[in-house]
Amino acid sequence: MVPAPGSAPAPAPARTFDARAVRAQFPILREPREQPLFYLDSAATSQKPDAVLQAMDRYYSTCNANIHRGVYAIAEQATAAYEDARRRVAAFVGAGSPREIIFTRNSTEAINLVAYAWARSTLRAGDAIVLTEMEHHSNLVPWHMLAEEWNARGTAIELRFIPITPQGELDLSVLPALLADGRVKLVSVVHVSNVLGTINPVVEIARQAHAAGARVLIDASQSVPHLPIEVRELGADFVAFTGHKMLGPTGIGVLWARREILEAMPPFMGGGEMIREVKLSGSKWNELPWKFEAGTMPIAEAIGLGAAVDYLTALGMDAVFAHDRELTAYALPRLAAIPGVRLMGPALERRAGVVAFTLEGVHPHDVATVLDRDGVAVRAGHHCAMPLHEKLGVPASARASFHCYSVPEDVDALVRGLHRTRHVFGS
Amino acid sequence: MSEWDELFRENILDHYRNPRNRGVLEHPDLTYEDANPLCGDRIRMDFKISDGRIEEVRFSGHGCSISQASASMLCEEIEGKPLDEVKKLSREDVLEMLGIELGPVRLKCALLALKTLKAGVYGLPQWPGEEDA
Ligand SMILES: Cc1ncc(COP(=O)(O)O)c(C=O)c1O
Repeated sequence: MVPAPGSAPAPAPARTFDARAVRAQFPILREPREQPLFYLDSAATSQKPDAVLQAMDRYYSTCNANIHRGVYAIAEQATAAYEDARRRVAAFVGAGSPREIIFTRNSTEAINLVAYAWARSTLRAGDAIVLTEMEHHSNLVPWHMLAEEWNARGTAIELRFIPITPQGELDLSVLPALLADGRVKLVSVVHVSNVLGTINPVVEIARQAHAAGARVLIDASQSVPHLPIEVRELGADFVAFTGHKMLGPTGIGVLWARREILEAMPPFMGGGEMIREVKLSGSKWNELPWKFEAGTMPIAEAIGLGAAVDYLTALGMDAVFAHDRELTAYALPRLAAIPGVRLMGPALERRAGVVAFTLEGVHPHDVATVLDRDGVAVRAGHHCAMPLHEKLGVPASARASFHCYSVPEDVDALVRGLHRTRHVFGS
Repeated sequence: MSEWDELFRENILDHYRNPRNRGVLEHPDLTYEDANPLCGDRIRMDFKISDGRIEEVRFSGHGCSISQASASMLCEEIEGKPLDEVKKLSREDVLEMLGIELGPVRLKCALLALKTLKAGVYGLPQWPGEEDA
């Protein structure tokens, strides 16, 4: 077992798997292609195994019906499959109850749900929210929008930021000062940075935040797919994650929150299914979790996410983490040995399977374009984290990231491609 | 090196490393700056215009090789040309100047200079090739 994420490094895993056998279960990696594919962009979105594609296909071809409504057999089957997916996700992240699992479109919608339904009904003028300098835009913009809206009507709230060190880690020495005046009502932090791979000490952050009377939101978009997570051990109040980065389909994400908080919150969106009783004069809300699931939900996608969670459980999240770590350990020295390559991010012990870098004299977009000629797929740009790049003093970076199907050959192709890039650019 | 690599070196890198018309004008008749928010490429163009001609043009900015090389090529192409002729330049013309095949994302890098030119001089702010979209 890997210890609670955010604390000590992992010991040797009890279980391992053969990434080559895993690849055989992913059609996009298995089927012959005109050009080989070295997929190194799993932090943007992961590939999907047969089990996920088949589960979604099975729903559409055997029991496609709307859920929670029909009294006929296939509607009941569809409802059972959808709610079963919720139970699997709840078990996967250690939720206290499936009622604490709210399906959303993605992490972004989960964070916006908190910003609209919780924050707008809870915050008062003069309150503050603590974020960090390494957030993805999806954990910045909803709070910018809230702050602008509230400031415009004269109920100012303040956004404060935990700074990052040049190594790309949070500088927690300032956190006590940020929390000291008791005005902070929410601390919202990314668990694993999508740019640097930094695993943040969220347990410690949550402890301090709670002691100061603040709620804690963890953006677990990059951690739930790669580390063993028990939401209740993180000490958070809200946890957001997204299906498509964890071998599941796009269009489905999750907000987990402690039940009593969800009970006390007003709904987010209004519409069908989220109500118990509607009169022309008003409505009564449905119970959890449906209070937060307005309208027809992405049923096939939820079922696909359920299958993804089963797949990951069978691999073992401790083994997935160890696999990513092993590949990262393989990649770091090989990339560092290429003249002109500058690696970003913390030491191996504090990072997940993400490696961002720059190549001297070559713009990251040019790096990615030359690599693409060899079928090496990496991300280039600011990775939806412009403030982070600004802080680190690089306008953009290239990023390689792994998942359970990644193999050393992918890294080797990247290294070859970077040598070729240097050659093309004559650097 | 592959054929693409060679073409890239000959066409793009030459302009990227030795840009023509790079710089700023002291007293331009017109200055316009545009950016590609997707990748942060940024180009500013200064123009001196008289008798319906682009007398002088300089570009500055930063970004990937394709955005900067296409700006250099475009400036070289339009300096001294009549405005009505320059107005006809299309995205196909720019791609021809670049002479290598590009995916849709990099196309924006390639077209940023032409977009800046068209928005600045002719008040046409759309991406070249997407005017009707
Ligand atoms: C750290 C982090 N937060 C949030 C998101 C947003 O995920 P989504 O686009 O699925 O809402 C991402 C993914 O890009 C991410 O890496």
